[in-house]
Formats: sequence, C-alpha cells, structure tokens
Amino acid sequence: MAMIAADNRGLRLATRYAVLVLIAVIFVFPLVFMVMSSFKPDQQLLQDASNLRAFLPVGDISLQNYTAAFQRAPVATFVFNSVFVTGVTVILSLLLCSAAGFAFVFVNWKGRGVLLSLLLATLIVPFETIAIPLLLLASKLPWIGLDGLTWGWLNSYRVQIVPFIADGLTVFLFVQYFKDLPGELIEAARVEGASWFQIYRRIVMPLSGPILATAAILKFLVMYNQYLWPLMVTQEEGYRPVMVGLQYFFQLNVAWGEVMAYLSMITVPVLAFYLYLQKAFIASIASTGVKG
Amino acid sequence: MKLFGLAASAAILGWASVAQAQETLTMWYHGAGNEVEQKIVNGLIADFNGSQTDWKVELQSFPQGAYNDSVVAGALAGNLPDILDVDGPIMPNWAWAGYLQPLKIDESKIATFLPGTKGIWNGQLYSIGLWDAAVALVTRQSTLDELGLRKPTVDQPWTKDEFMAALDAAKASGKWEFAFDPGMAWTGEWYPYAFSPFLQSFGGDIVDRTTYKTAEGALNGDAAMAFGAWWQGLFTGGYAQATQDPADRDGGFAAGKYAFSWNGNWAALGALSAFPDTVFLPAPDFGNGPKIGAASWQFGVSATSKNPAGAAAFIEFALQDKYLAAFSNGIGLIPATPSAAAMVDNYKAGGPLAVFVDYSARTALVRPVTPGYVVQAKVFEKALADIANGADVAATLDAATDEINADIEKNGGYGH
Repeated sequence: MAMIAADNRGLRLATRYAVLVLIAVIFVFPLVFMVMSSFKPDQQLLQDASNLRAFLPVGDISLQNYTAAFQRAPVATFVFNSVFVTGVTVILSLLLCSAAGFAFVFVNWKGRGVLLSLLLATLIVPFETIAIPLLLLASKLPWIGLDGLTWGWLNSYRVQIVPFIADGLTVFLFVQYFKDLPGELIEAARVEGASWFQIYRRIVMPLSGPILATAAILKFLVMYNQYLWPLMVTQEEGYRPVMVGLQYFFQLNVAWGEVMAYLSMITVPVLAFYLYLQKAFIASIASTGVKG
Repeated sequence: MKLFGLAASAAILGWASVAQAQETLTMWYHGAGNEVEQKIVNGLIADFNGSQTDWKVELQSFPQGAYNDSVVAGALAGNLPDILDVDGPIMPNWAWAGYLQPLKIDESKIATFLPGTKGIWNGQLYSIGLWDAAVALVTRQSTLDELGLRKPTVDQPWTKDEFMAALDAAKASGKWEFAFDPGMAWTGEWYPYAFSPFLQSFGGDIVDRTTYKTAEGALNGDAAMAFGAWWQGLFTGGYAQATQDPADRDGGFAAGKYAFSWNGNWAALGALSAFPDTVFLPAPDFGNGPKIGAASWQFGVSATSKNPAGAAAFIEFALQDKYLAAFSNGIGLIPATPSAAAMVDNYKAGGPLAVFVDYSARTALVRPVTPGYVVQAKVFEKALADIANGADVAATLDAATDEINADIEKNGGYGH
C-alpha cells in the first residue's frame, strides 16, 4: 500500500515537473531564439529559423549585429532615457501612491470612500482615450527652468514622467496591502504621539517590502514599454526611449540580426530587474490576491 | 592699433548682422535609422546652408514606422516644423487637415519629373518627391526558359491568361513551394500600393475617382468582383500563400521558394545578387492595361511655417539632379528625372534596373488622391486579407464599399 502511494507521488511529481518544463520551454525559447539570432548574419538567421539551429550558437557567430545596431541608432541614448524616465517615475510613484494609499486606509477624512471609488474608476479608462487631450495639455503647460518661464512640455523628460507618477492601480495595490497590516500597530503609535508621517515612514513603509516590489515591477514594465506617449511628445531624438528606438531598425529591408541585437540589449535590464525583485513580487501577489 | 580695433569691430558687427538675418528653418524627415539616407540628407542640408545666408535648415529625423503618428501628434500640439516630408498618398489628407500649405516653387523645374513624384491635390502642388518607387514581377530568365514562357514587355505585357498559365506551369513543375509570392507578409500600405493596381487593371478601383464621393461601383462593381474572384483563386488554387512568414517575404525568392515574386525596385539589387539572371517583368494586363502603384516620399511645407519662402527655397534647392542621383545611388529608388537617371549606374539606359524607370513612367497610377485615402487604404487591406483567407468576395467588397462610403459621408465628402 505504501509502495503504491509512493509510486503515485512519484508519478504526480514527474507529471508536474514535465508540465513545468514544458511551460518553461515555451517562455524561455523565444528569448533564447532572440539572443542566439543576435549573433548570426541575416541570411543564416533566416535559414536557421525553421529548425532547431535557431536556438543554438552555431554557424557564423559574431558581434557584428551589435556593432551595426550602435551605428544605426543612438542605442546608449535610448537606453539611458528609458532607464532614467522609468527609474524616476518608479521612485516618485512609490512615494506618492504609497502615501495616498496610507491616507485612504489609516487617516479618517470625509469623502475618502468616494474619492477612492473615483480613483478606481480610472482603471477602466484606457490611456489611448486620454492621450490626445493629455498631449494638448502638455503642449501648453508652463515650466520654470534655466531659460525662465517657458510654455509647453514637449521634448523633455518631465513630459514622460509626470503624467505617470500616480495611477489608480498602484494606489489600489497599496490600499489593499495596507488594509491587511495590523491596525493595533498604528493605534499604538498614535497613542504614543507619533505623527502620521512618522507612522508612514517608520512603521508602515518598513513593513511594505513586498508591495513596494510589486508596484515597482508593474510600474517599471509599463514605463519601460512606453511607446505611444513618447512617440507623441518627443520629436527630438535626444529624448526618445527604447521602444520608439526600435522603429529605427524597421527599414524597407529589415536587418533582423540587428533587431535581435537591439532587443537583446533592451530586454536584459528588464529581466535583471525582474529577477532581482521576483521573490518579493511573488510574495506580494500571494498576499494581495492580485492576479495577472 | 586703432585701425585694427575698428576693423575687428566692423567684422564682429558684420558677422552678428548676418547671423541675425539668418532665419532657422526646422525640418522633419522620416529617415532615422537609415545611415545612408541620413548622410545624404545631412549633406543636402549642409550644401543649402552653405549656399546662402538667409536660411539655415535644422533637421530632426524620425524612424519611418513612427513618422506619420509623430507628425499628427505634432500638428495637434501645434508643433510642426517648417519643412516636412510626406508619403505621397497621405499628402491629400495632411493638406485637407491643414498640416500642409501649397508649395510655391517654380513649376518649370519639375516639368520632367515622374508623374508619381508630384503631390497635387485640388489642383495645387503641395509636395514634390526626389524619387519614385516601382513594382515588378520578379523572376529568373532561367525560369522563363524552363517553363517555356515568353518574356513580356510594357508594350506587350502578359495577359491575365498568360500570367495564370505561367503560374500553372510553375505549380505543375513542382520545383517551387509556391508559384507566386505577392508579399502577403508586408501588411499595411503594401496592400493598397501593390495590390490595388491589379484591381485597377481589372477596371475597378478603391473609390470612384470621378467624384471621390463614393466607392459604389468601383470597389463592388463587376470588374471588382472579377478581381476579387481572381485574387481569392490565387490562394484557393494553391498558387500563393495567404499567410506568409516575414522571413519568407524577405528571403524566399532568393532561397528558391517562389517562381515569381511581386516586389519593389528597392529589393531588386538583392534579387540580382542572389540570381544574376533575375529579370523584372511588367505588371500583367488584366484588361485595362498594366498598372503599378506610384508616389513615394515627398517634401512639403507645413501650414504653420512662418517662413514658407525659405522652406520652398530649400525644396527647390533639393530638386537638383545631383541630389536626385545621390538619393538613388544611396537608397536605390528611381530618380525623379530622366537626366538624373542617366547619372545613376543602376537606372541609366542599359542599367540593371532601367526597366523600373520605364514602368514608373508608363504604367504607374497614383493611389486615390483624396484625404479619405488613409481610411480607404485600411479598409482595402482588410478586405483583401479577408478574401485571401476565404471570405465571400461579394459580401466582403460590399461591406468594404459601405465602410468607405460611411467614412466619406462622416467627413462631409472630404472637401471634394
């Protein structure tokens, strides 16, 4: 009887691993294909595409596509722009949205329920529907800088950052997470005379590692993959991010090797960021009940 | 010493006044990512800036795939440059939408330009191109010989029956995966550019060009139905694949997968390097003469330009044969004038691509010259993809006609 149970357990384990390996293969092979193709000349890349050689570093392997990609487009500028815009937006978003979430959950004030509902309602509005009004607004906003007062935010980093700092989803994530924190901690701190800011900074934030990681990853992905908005607001090459830069590689005759090299270069930071935060991400997803 | 000081002051003042008088013209161009094209444009601008002291052109380049959206966004934000380039068939829409103003140049200078390079809408010139593009039926002389086919010419193109007989022979030989590669993987503008000439050769069109107020009869009349049935037959008959891998489109002909490929002059040198006996045949005549698409990228002046005279001066400067030839040598497109073509090895008489000049001059038809084209092109593309994938021809073309008519009506006839 015990042997049958052990056999069943072994079978279940083998099946589970087989399924997991299959899923891993499905997800990993496109990345392997991308990286391997980035080292191959176009003709070989196209020939290999129909067989297993596509996933192997075989044939005429070189860094030529990477060199050519740097010649075709200012790759370093695009990567810097994306990393800078994404990094600043993520940091500001975590600060602002966590503070908003804190205020919605712990501070008692009139209208917070209605405001939270309104904020959540913005989740159903796709960005595309507000892109043009936002563009018109951004083209007329004032700014005080080294040149004094100027009008219009186009062709700048701020136009790519400011509209995305606060969003309903991130606030919602923080609200959900904060609701599960023990209220006694907050009450005790209030009794001890701590200010709201002290509670936010010294009690709530140190307990919010998983949700900070989750919000950071989600915001990072959204920002790093931005295409439509930067396309609309950056006419100057010096401000363009990586996704707009990808278009530089789609000429009449597409140089697929260079496309793969460029994609490999811009994908690595995202993968690294995700791998760095994935444990916290998974923990937070499990605790907030947010799927997908 | 005093004299030296005076001279220096005069020089500085003189330089300052020249610098002050020189107006800056901003220019947007779609060539980012194309190193060769970028170099030629920069050279042209440097030459213009050095040739006079009134204007200084400053370039901002965009990748082609993002260019149109960037211009539309720029127009909405009131941030258009003085000079911009525009894809020929889009020009009427941008003129109608108020992005462009009529181009005031000496029109005698473009008298010998290929017809497809002139962006004329509502009787006015809005844009002018330095080159055009053309499409041909690409195959190998050895294929023609092997299948026992005559080599067609513009004067004696293949008829529909001859073309289908050629495809039948290629299919029956079993030597190729598919007899014909129309280029189904190249979605977007390729469909109306490359395939609407087939429809026009049948006698139909995307829209009724006599009024531009309806597609009724043009896109769903008898000729269009015959075209639709023929088009669908290419796929149901196994001559071509309805869904194509982009890699096959780029490398399939060179890999020997297709006997005939419908492709542009920009891909011609690649085909020649794969097979030195490659030949570029004219479009088949489906009853109303052989037809190919026309109109490529052109220069125009934005409606908001404060210096239209300077912008026009730059465009006029760019029309010199040496620049037409330089662009052709660099990016492989057809020079706009015969005199410039004679300066280009590929396109001069006897050159390997000289036939494209002839095809462009004698068989090219611009896509419908209407602001509604941007919508009509997408409707046409979807209809052709659906028919290729087995949709009912009559129902699909009727639906496409209704969609185009509704759009024209919604936009008040687009000013026609």
